[in-house]
Amino acid sequence: MTMTRLAAFGILISLALATAAAPNAPQAFKLDNGLTLIVQEDHRAPVVVSQLWYKTGASYEHAGITGISHLLEHMMFKGTANHGPGEFSRLIAREGGRENAFTGRDYTAYFQRLEKSRLGVALELEADRMQHLRLDGAELEKERQVVLEERRLRTEDNPRALTSEGFYATAFQTGPYRHPIIGWQQDIEAISIDDLRAWYQRWYAPDNAVLVIAGDVDTAAIRELVDHHFGAIPATTTPPAAIRKEVPQRGAKRLLVAAPARLPYLLLGYKSPSLNTAAEPWEAYALTVLAGVLDGDDSSRLARELVRGSEIAAGAGASYSLYQRLDSLLVLSATPASNIGVPMLEQALRDQVARLRDTPVSERELARIKTQVIAGNVYERDSIFYQAMQLGMLETVGLGWQRRDEFVAGISAVTAAQVQTVAQKYLRPEHATVAILEPQSMQGSTHGK
Amino acid sequence: MANKHRSRGWVILTSCLWLLSTTALALPTIEHWQTAHGARVLFVAARELPMVDFSVVFDAGSARDGAQPGVARFTNALLMEGAGGLDSDRIAERLSELGARVSTWSQRDMAGLDARSLNDSEGLEAVTSLVSLILQRPDFPPQAVARVRKQMLTALENDEQSPGSRGSKAFYRQLYDKHPYGSPPGGTPETLKGLQRGDLEVFHARHYSAGNAVISIVGDLSRSDAEVLAEKLASALPAGKAVPKLARVAEESIARHLHIPHPSSQAHVLLGQRGMRRGDPDYFPLYVGNHILGGNGLNSLISGEVREKRGLAYSAYSYFLPMRAAGPFLLGLQTRQGQEKEAIEVLRKTLQNFVRNGPDETALEEAKQNLIGGFALRVDSNKKILGYLRMIGFYDLPLDYLTRFSQNIRELSVEKIRDAFQRRIHPEHLLQVVVGPAGDEQRKQP
Repeated sequence: MTMTRLAAFGILISLALATAAAPNAPQAFKLDNGLTLIVQEDHRAPVVVSQLWYKTGASYEHAGITGISHLLEHMMFKGTANHGPGEFSRLIAREGGRENAFTGRDYTAYFQRLEKSRLGVALELEADRMQHLRLDGAELEKERQVVLEERRLRTEDNPRALTSEGFYATAFQTGPYRHPIIGWQQDIEAISIDDLRAWYQRWYAPDNAVLVIAGDVDTAAIRELVDHHFGAIPATTTPPAAIRKEVPQRGAKRLLVAAPARLPYLLLGYKSPSLNTAAEPWEAYALTVLAGVLDGDDSSRLARELVRGSEIAAGAGASYSLYQRLDSLLVLSATPASNIGVPMLEQALRDQVARLRDTPVSERELARIKTQVIAGNVYERDSIFYQAMQLGMLETVGLGWQRRDEFVAGISAVTAAQVQTVAQKYLRPEHATVAILEPQSMQGSTHGK
Repeated sequence: MANKHRSRGWVILTSCLWLLSTTALALPTIEHWQTAHGARVLFVAARELPMVDFSVVFDAGSARDGAQPGVARFTNALLMEGAGGLDSDRIAERLSELGARVSTWSQRDMAGLDARSLNDSEGLEAVTSLVSLILQRPDFPPQAVARVRKQMLTALENDEQSPGSRGSKAFYRQLYDKHPYGSPPGGTPETLKGLQRGDLEVFHARHYSAGNAVISIVGDLSRSDAEVLAEKLASALPAGKAVPKLARVAEESIARHLHIPHPSSQAHVLLGQRGMRRGDPDYFPLYVGNHILGGNGLNSLISGEVREKRGLAYSAYSYFLPMRAAGPFLLGLQTRQGQEKEAIEVLRKTLQNFVRNGPDETALEEAKQNLIGGFALRVDSNKKILGYLRMIGFYDLPLDYLTRFSQNIRELSVEKIRDAFQRRIHPEHLLQVVVGPAGDEQRKQP
């Protein structure tokens, strides 16, 4: 690496988004064509992970084309003007790499893990399929069947997943989080090659993409390498996504799902802001702590009181997504213990929620959660993939990767009063959605076609 | 940049190995010793992050259930439910306050516990004391025994509503018949109801002994600190002796077709036979051959034929699961009702061709490039290294297993792989399990 080449690079890459210089602090850059590059150096092992994130996903979709982001993700492996179907995977494998992709509500991402000297091939291939994807009708028909099989495997034949899908479709009335990421079956069946072309044209553009590279790399060398592969892609200005907002919920909602199963299952959710939509960031951190009070580890309330103490639940959990583009759901889920009915389980969960509204959490509980968060912050550094995930997710949901380092401080500052405040504000009975899986006999006729 | 991955505990070998001639190959240095009470210890120092991962495993998996299916898992599940007079709430709280993560688990061969802790000295010491208590002096509180039994019964119900779980369970039961691997690790409703607290105590006393333990440690510790940690974990375990050798798995074929009706939209297909054990002399030809056949995701032959060419399944694969005794060789897929006959035929044909002809030269080259060129990815985190230590220690593999991994693969040829598959794999004698709605074609099958 010579200074001359660095200087030349400085001209090509116009804007440094941040210049945090501390070792291990990520650095971000923006190419002239709008591509955001985030580099996280981590020299523990001679490996690198590359993740290319596009700001599109299930929450960008509308009725009729649900699942198109995910279907396009599958088609991204079907070749370009320069490479045949399946060649991407084969070339990466030949470099010793492992690769795949994932689609979420707010993003679609493609990743490769490689020995550090092999990164160039991955970048070359990603740049190629950002511009030159070949969407072929015959390939689509085969891949459509693959995705339908995926949907059967993950959702249709899994009574809890089926319940969860109905739960989100019920909790959200107008907002896009009501759609399953994989899409409704009929939409998967109906999406045309032209629909896919339009989706690809609209979202797969440098200014709508975030490239995260983490591992045993040199930031300056990465800037050069990325510019070499992506720099020539013409600049784009992706129009902002239209968001259909969720209408305010007027009253509690209830859904019964009848499916062949052996065990009941219950979901209880409350609309809550994410860090992106919260009026004040502390609200989102307080909701994170609240979820931790219920289900952080084995000492949390659901495990201690419902699974062990009263033995009402065979298993119980709570979740909250801090990093989302739109409003989130705080969700409690549980399976009743063998001799317990669903109404009793539901009452127990509601009592837990009421207690969060009525009584401040104890200082000891709060301290435990903060300790776990601080420890977790060390533990997660054992995986460079996870580190890259965090950066890509923060960037694509609109928060910006810099917010990553605010997490520990954000959680540490949460008070018991704040947890109670968000419980009172968001965990309101009239904003609840309940979904209950009512097991049907597993004998006899089949469901699905 | 080679000087950038500075790390104590890693030997950076400037390698003149084929395929890696221009890069540095980093291998963890494994240290190995026995505690005073005879527990085997494997240790890799990783000084970059202020944390320690360790695991303690025993030859105490369901292969040791004997006439009491489920007893191994039941015992393991009780470890954190009360120990040395501390109840489960207290144990969970202490671990939480220390920022530690501890989980117990059990499979067919192994049962034990994984722990992760920050390495600030007081914290790690407290975690170690707590873990020793959990391993050495579980109380098996009667109420917890009753509750865990109910939870295990619920887990069995959960298995029953999943076509994948039902298929896998039936597959092992058919494939291994009376061999301990045929026994379901989660037990059966009848056996779980029959197991008493005393049975768990007896199982624990017999199997959770120092002589039967493998301790693996990866993290920010010196060798002497690691020795102290291991002594503390092992010292109060009964010295005990290693359990008797597990019965061999005979190389007989279990060619049988089984259909299990299930109200699902897909049929889950499992084909297979008895495979190989850890340390098998044919391990590398079979492992690499399978990588080409069905072990390398979308690049594998099976996925190519089933998914890429025909769109018959989302997931289609094959694998060997090497265990103490011969674990299974298994091919699987899920496809919508009515297509299973075609999919099974494709699966069988692909295997037949592979066994008859072996891999083609290019496929073998590419597999070698993938496995050798990607070796660094296998050991790029403390958690992954810990997994290797556990495997090497528990299965008595050579300590230079990782060092020799690439060389063992490099030496393979098309002939060696074909020869191993022809001797070991018998496509005409496979066990076939299908879970799903009853179609016409299944009724006709024997």
